[in-house]
Amino acid sequence: MREKKIKTTSPSLEWNYSPALESTSHLKLKKQYDLFINGEFVKPSSGKYFDTINPSNEEKLAEIAHANEEDVDKAVKAARKAFTEVWSVMPAKERAKYIFRIARIMQERSRELMVVETLDAGKTIRESRDVDVPLACNHFFYYAGWADKLEYAFPNRTVKSLGVVGQIIPWNFPLLMAAWKIAPALATGNTVVLKPAETTPLTAMLLAEIIKESGLPDGVVNIVTGYGDTGAAIVNHPDVNKIAFTGSTNVGKLIQKAIAGTDKKVTLELGGKSANIIFEDAAIDQAVEGIINGIFFNQGHVCCAGSRLFIQEPIADKVIKKLKERMQTLQVGNPLDKNTDVGAINSQEQLDTINRYIKIGKKEGAEMFQPACKIPEKGFYCPPTIFTNVAQSNIIAQEEIFGPVLTIQTFRTVDEVIQKANNSPYGLAAGIWSEKGAQIFNVSSKLKAGVIWANTYNKFDPTSPFGGYKESGFGREGGMHGLASYVKLSNK
Amino acid sequence: MRLEILKTYKLYIGGQFPRTESGRFYTPKNKKGAPLGNMCLASRKDVKNAVSSARKAFGGWSEKTAFNRSQILYRIAEMLEGRRDQFIAELVKQGSTLKQAGEEVNLSIDRIVYYAGWCDKYLQVFSSVNPVSSSHFNFSLQEPVGVVGVIAPQDTSLIGLVSAILPIIAGGNTCLVLASENIPLCSITFAEVLNSSDVPGGVVNILTGNEKELIETFASHMDINSVLYGGASKENIQLIQELAVVNVKRVHYYPMNWSNEDGQSVYLINDFQEIKTTWHPIENIGGSSSVY
Repeated sequence: MREKKIKTTSPSLEWNYSPALESTSHLKLKKQYDLFINGEFVKPSSGKYFDTINPSNEEKLAEIAHANEEDVDKAVKAARKAFTEVWSVMPAKERAKYIFRIARIMQERSRELMVVETLDAGKTIRESRDVDVPLACNHFFYYAGWADKLEYAFPNRTVKSLGVVGQIIPWNFPLLMAAWKIAPALATGNTVVLKPAETTPLTAMLLAEIIKESGLPDGVVNIVTGYGDTGAAIVNHPDVNKIAFTGSTNVGKLIQKAIAGTDKKVTLELGGKSANIIFEDAAIDQAVEGIINGIFFNQGHVCCAGSRLFIQEPIADKVIKKLKERMQTLQVGNPLDKNTDVGAINSQEQLDTINRYIKIGKKEGAEMFQPACKIPEKGFYCPPTIFTNVAQSNIIAQEEIFGPVLTIQTFRTVDEVIQKANNSPYGLAAGIWSEKGAQIFNVSSKLKAGVIWANTYNKFDPTSPFGGYKESGFGREGGMHGLASYVKLSNK
Repeated sequence: MRLEILKTYKLYIGGQFPRTESGRFYTPKNKKGAPLGNMCLASRKDVKNAVSSARKAFGGWSEKTAFNRSQILYRIAEMLEGRRDQFIAELVKQGSTLKQAGEEVNLSIDRIVYYAGWCDKYLQVFSSVNPVSSSHFNFSLQEPVGVVGVIAPQDTSLIGLVSAILPIIAGGNTCLVLASENIPLCSITFAEVLNSSDVPGGVVNILTGNEKELIETFASHMDINSVLYGGASKENIQLIQELAVVNVKRVHYYPMNWSNEDGQSVYLINDFQEIKTTWHPIENIGGSSSVY
């Protein structure tokens, strides 16, 4: 199954990649992971554990504690105590030093973090190594420095912490999302109860070990693992001051509704169906790389994935042809292999969802293309998939699929593509490919989306605010603007 | 003896002064029980019409230059200053003393000037260039959230209304406003001020009517992006927050006294803004640096 044939432009020349597996020998995963509450690893009060598996081969990795209401209550109480007695009264510059220290230990353990992330989430090792883990470390490093400089971010205001924040994160960037949530919350003086996703809890538990090692005062960060019921217990806990959620729009709406009428603050980073627009004057080879990166990065499990492609008519055939050729070269398979471009789908459930949409797409009359590729027998995989002949009204062009599935539409004029791109309840991100600066600025200012990538796609940075318009949620994470989600401002 | 000409108060939608399509009216009374006038009792359909007008006006208003918006807002202050006496008379009729009324009008005018000045500055103060680690130019700036539904503060007739509308339109949004139910006179007279101040029709739409009857439409309408609740009912804010989930509306609730200094702030403009972040590669081929 390791052999993958690459079709090259010369039909006589066919060559294979030799496997280049990342070693896992240095890993010492525990059999069982407990809850991290008040600086200790404690057993769940129900005594219940669930398995987390490796989606690339369906093998069990470890058992994970399932927290119930009682455990969440313990975690919130620990966080409250830590907030009142330690964290909110500590000088800001000392707070900063703890966060810097966490970043440093993460860097030291980054090899371990990246391998565990790949095992637990199914994402390629190349991506864990080059994107997830370094960005997560950098996020802590960036926000650490803000702790004693908050008044510069909010001119003419007095800045106060909120208190205990409940944070619920998804499975597509497990460690990175934990960093996006915890780092700004700590820098602004809040304490945290975090729930990782049930399919990807391992790196969060390693982060708990790192936090313990850093000497962060007990209870400042608590990590409780579990399913939706655990998340609901956090959302509904009366002593939580703020909920930060990243996940699906449906669950986001449930949370917004659940906290209606309370004094809880909320920020939501939800789904997307982002437009990636290729104008006729674009640098086509770069644009094709951008399309590939936009939709196949992390198996398409990206809320801001460029899942709706719009190509200007004169170049549509050419772009689609090049795109198909490029797709032939994508390596689908073992995420631990450094050659792999497209790893495993995160879970059986998500694979079923993706396959359901592929079926719908065919039924709606769109034309499907998948490159010939061998898929491992065990594990959850989906070949890179594109649909042409897609109508704006097709379900596959409207709903978020959260997999390596791209819909392709064409357009003639700038106004037309702006309308089509904005005709979505979502508004998370968009891509624009053009060599005309004036055109880029015109289109980027008219697209209703929180992040615009011009002549690039899927770039992230701790200094760069991220978050959506419309039903993609509200609030920003990252950068100076990400601080606002975690503070209370008052008149000086 | 001359017979006084009484004013007919109508709604303000899309730059026009229509009666409510429902044909209904109500008669609020002052503290002494004297009727203030016959006000339109706006219906859900009026709310929907106001939303369409606000949406239609959004493109033009949000794309005006900041400097132009600033000038138009300043013009509102000029028009209000010119009509001081009329507003003072209405406030007195609704129960204020002459002194209170004068102060409320002064504060309102000054508040408009305050926001007029912010139009072309908040972007400079709150935008950022972000020093990303890759070879990209990256910046974040504010953009208006869209159409805002406003339930105006109910305990004042003018200052609450002005304090709610101004930060919203200063930031390039358009809005529809449900005026104070019991003391609504200044709202429609303020619409006349807006109408003569170069504010394009539809940017601000003003309705009079019953809060309880209309808030569900404000909260659940799919083309309203954000709601400002200026009322004081805990029950109503909960209802708004629950219904707002249909399209993930941004709901803002300000239980505060608009007559003091807290009632104006650039952070109120920010509450009705989205942050947009744009990336573009910086060519980095030869490795030459700018030696100086």
